[in-house]
Formats: sequence, structure tokens, C-alpha cells
Amino acid sequence: MNSKTPVIQLKNVSKTFGEVRSLSEVNFEIYPGEIVGLLGDNGAGKSTLVKTIMGFHQPDEGGKIWFKGEKINEWNVAKARELGIETIYQERALCEQQPIWRNMFMGREIKNKFGRLNVKQMKSEATRLMRERMGFTSTAVHPDNAVLTMSGGEKQGVAITRALYFDAELVILDEPTVGLSLSETKKTLDFIQNIKKSGRSAIFIDHNIFHIYPAVDRMIVLDRGKVAGNYKKSDITMDELIESMYRVARTGSIKE
Amino acid sequence: MSENKDSKVKNNAARPPSLWRRFGMQFGIWSVGIFMWLIFVVTASEAFTSKDIYLAFASSTPLFALMAIPLTLIVITGEIDLSFPAVMALATATFAKIYSGTGNIWVGFIAALVVGTLCGYFNGWLVTWFGIPSLVITIGTNFLFRGIELAWMNGSGVGLTDDKLLGVANILVGRSFFGIANQFWWTILATVVLWFILNRTQFGAHVFLTGDNKTSAQLMGVNVNRVKRRSFAIMGFFAAFAGLVASFEVSYFWPTLGEGLLMNSIAAVFLGGTSVFGGTGTVTGTFVGSFIIGAINAGIVASGINAFFTQVFFGLVIILSVIMQTVISKRIKR
Repeated sequence: MNSKTPVIQLKNVSKTFGEVRSLSEVNFEIYPGEIVGLLGDNGAGKSTLVKTIMGFHQPDEGGKIWFKGEKINEWNVAKARELGIETIYQERALCEQQPIWRNMFMGREIKNKFGRLNVKQMKSEATRLMRERMGFTSTAVHPDNAVLTMSGGEKQGVAITRALYFDAELVILDEPTVGLSLSETKKTLDFIQNIKKSGRSAIFIDHNIFHIYPAVDRMIVLDRGKVAGNYKKSDITMDELIESMYRVARTGSIKE
Repeated sequence: MSENKDSKVKNNAARPPSLWRRFGMQFGIWSVGIFMWLIFVVTASEAFTSKDIYLAFASSTPLFALMAIPLTLIVITGEIDLSFPAVMALATATFAKIYSGTGNIWVGFIAALVVGTLCGYFNGWLVTWFGIPSLVITIGTNFLFRGIELAWMNGSGVGLTDDKLLGVANILVGRSFFGIANQFWWTILATVVLWFILNRTQFGAHVFLTGDNKTSAQLMGVNVNRVKRRSFAIMGFFAAFAGLVASFEVSYFWPTLGEGLLMNSIAAVFLGGTSVFGGTGTVTGTFVGSFIIGAINAGIVASGINAFFTQVFFGLVIILSVIMQTVISKRIKR
């Protein structure tokens, strides 16, 4: 793939819920191997934007999305995942009464050509992934454990491993560090670096600028549904970024 | 603080699920079944040691078990269907009308199954399109389907004693292997088929996910509305089939067909350990639950207890079983 072709490109994407305009003519693009931080206050439209990229929400009339140079019509979550976009949602998106293996393969179950589920393979894959990627010791992990028996960090581990398993071109992390311990947070940040190393792209959403700034190549600031700023890391120091975030919150404008 | 959390993580990870955790619910329902059976063997040993009473179970229990088993899927998705007794009747009425009109058994048979499936799909469509709770909307469709059937049949029944019907009657409700009613084998087949659908198809996997956490499932690309519509359609198909079985069993299509089966079917599902909140449940549990309910009626009478006590016993078994399951599931989750 040409590195000039964005992995994903949004043009004039708006999203209205009843009277509320959550996104207003959002334009941006992400290139292969690029980690983009998405910043913004509560209610700035970050989660709506993620869910629109994933096809969970349909953009309003006139909004266009390209994936690897191809225009996308009739966007839905199954299709987005099929093409290679995975999201680690703020709310984890787990079904907690279900065993780990069902959660790992949720929506993308392994089946043979007659449509019969390969439960055995899903269980052994889940065991392998938990051992290799989540660092659980070999015999201890059982894919039949219900997710509700796990700790917050382990649940997050399931969500991350799931996103990783399908070799996504674009991984979206929506506030992945919320509720995690220090070491779990570090693991998550390492995970983001691994995405970059393997030449894939990520969108990283977090409230904590100290998490975002070191991890990303570029930052997009959202405010009240609009893109208020777009900075390369080389163009802005962390202090300047914090300063401009305050300014946006106060005045709604990034410029002085 | 974080150190603490990490050591807890490791401890949790070092614990594979015990048999109790995995099969506790199944264990509960099977032990209720065996315990009840032992009581009846002691209190009515004469009846419960002869094969006749088991043959009676095999012919009567399938009439509602055939619907309780597919109802399990709907309950796992977090919905309920209260209209299937009327679907039984409307589908069987379709068979009776088409058969008397054309004389073709198989056209009538297939039409009945199609009508049943469409009725179920219609329920599912109402539930998913308008977002109406199925508990409410299927009360409405129950009246609607029943009303259409009664008006169509003008309230009168149809005899199914025609010689030409003997063949199909034999397949559905004949006796085989030491006099076991065929509907028992149909029930076994339904259990096997629906077990496969629930546990070995993507649709089945999505049934669990839909009932467990609808939003999570949607975020991961599961079309939860389609899953629900299909579950309702499967229910309709089986209700139609059960309607034909029940009518051929008595060689008569009663326009009131299905009345009295609603509570038995629903009780069998919950007795079988399926969660009323959705997300968990088994068809084998429902199968056992159905036979427990089937045994209560006969067992009370055979034990020489005043038949008026049937419902008391019935109520106690259901209440105690459901309490037991709640306790078990809390322990499992702990």
C-alpha cells in the first residue's frame, strides 16, 4: 500500500441525534504507521466519532468515509471489522456472563465452510492468546472462565487481545486506561507502540495528556463536535498543547 | 495499591473453572428431577415402577416440551413469547383448511409450518422494529392470532380421522419401540437440533451475546435485531409443528388448541435453568424441566393425593427450583 494513501479518511462527517449535533463536518485522515491522539473535553464528540468510524452510527447525509482509498457505502460494524478496523471501547464491549473464548471471538466466530462453529479451535486460540499476549501462565488460564470472574485489568486484556488478534489495519483505543492500575496502564501504552512498530495505525483517545503526548505522532483536538486543532508532535510541546487545550475549553477557539 | 491488584490478577488467573462453576445449573435441575422421581417411586411405587406411566409421559409431555425447547432461545436473547398457543391453533387451522380444500396433505402440512414461522417472524419484527417489549406485544399478537383462527374456523373444530391422514398421523404421533409415542422422538430430535443451532452455529453464539449485553454485541458487529427475529421465527415453526402433533394425537383439531400449554412451557424453560435476564440457558435443561412438569401431574394422581393439590405441588416445585437456581448462580458468579 502506498504510504500516501490514508488508512481512513473522513470528509464532512456530521452526526445529529435529534436536536443535538454531536459531530459537525469533521475532516481528517490517518496514514499507515501513524498513531493519532484524539483529545477533547467530555461531550466533545470523541466517542461518537469512534462509533461513526466503526459503522455503529451512520453519518448524516453528505458525510463520506474512505478506507484505504476506497469509498465506503452502507457502513456497518461487521463490515468495518471485516476490512480491518478494531476498537477497544471505553465500555469494553464484553458480554460478561459468557466465557472468555466467546468474548474473544464475539461477532467474528471461527467456523468451517459448512457454517459449523469450531469451538475447539476458538478455545485453544483463546488459551494461546491469553498466554502469549496477556502474559497469563500456561496451565492456569482456562478459556471457559466467565469474564465476570476477571479483574478490570484482565477484562481490558481480553478487549485488547481481541483487537490484536484480527490483525487490524487500524486500531482505535477509546480511553483504554480508565480504571487500570499503573502497571496495566504501562502495558496498554506498550501495546500502542507495538501497533506502530508493526506498521499499522491507531487512534488513541484519552483524557490524560501525559499518556497521549509521548505515545502519538499527531494530535487532533475536538471541541463541541468540530476539529479545533491538528498538530504534529514535532510542532508543539506538551506545555503548549496543554495551554491550547485550556484556551479551547474557555473560548471554543484554538487560536489566540 | 497497584501491587495488590496485580497479585490478585495472578491468583484469579490461576483458577480454571471448576465443574461446579461450569455445570452447577445443570446439576441443580437434574437433581430436582431425580429427587422428585424418587419421591414418586416411594409414594406411588406401583405406578412408578410400571412402564405405563412412562409411556404416558412420553405422549403428553412433548405437547408443550416441543415449544418450551425453542422458547429457550427467545428467553436467552432476553425476550419472551406469549403468543405461541395461538400460533399452534392458527397454523393447524391452516392445515385443516388447505387439506379440506385441496385434499393435499403435504401442501397443508408445509403451509402450516410456513404460517407458524411467519407468525413468529411477525412477532420478532414488531419487537425489533418498534422496540416494544415482547412481554407486551406478544399478549397482543396472542389475541390477534387466536382471533383470526376463531373467525376463520367460525369457532368449530375439524375431525382428523380421514383414512388419508393415517400415514401422517402415524409419523407424527404413532407408537414405536415398546409403544413409545413418536412425539417423544420428535422432542428428542428438536432438542438435538436446537442444541446444535445454539451451541455450534454463529447464530447460536449471537443468541447468547444478544441476551447477555445487547450494546456490547452491537458494538462488536452482532446484528441483534436479526438474531431476535430469527429466534421468534424458529419459535413459530415449532409451535406450528406442535399444533399438528397435538391435534393428530387426539385426531381432532380443537379451535381452542394450545390453551393451557402456555404456563407449562414457560415454567419448563425457567425450571431448566435459563435465566430470566437472558444470556444463559440450555435446551437440555428445558428438556428435563419439561419432563419434571409432566411428571408432577401424573405423579400426584398416582400417589393418591387429592388432585386439587396438584397445583400446590406444582407451585412449590417451581418456586423452590427457581430459588435454588438463583442461589447456585450467585455462588457461581462469586
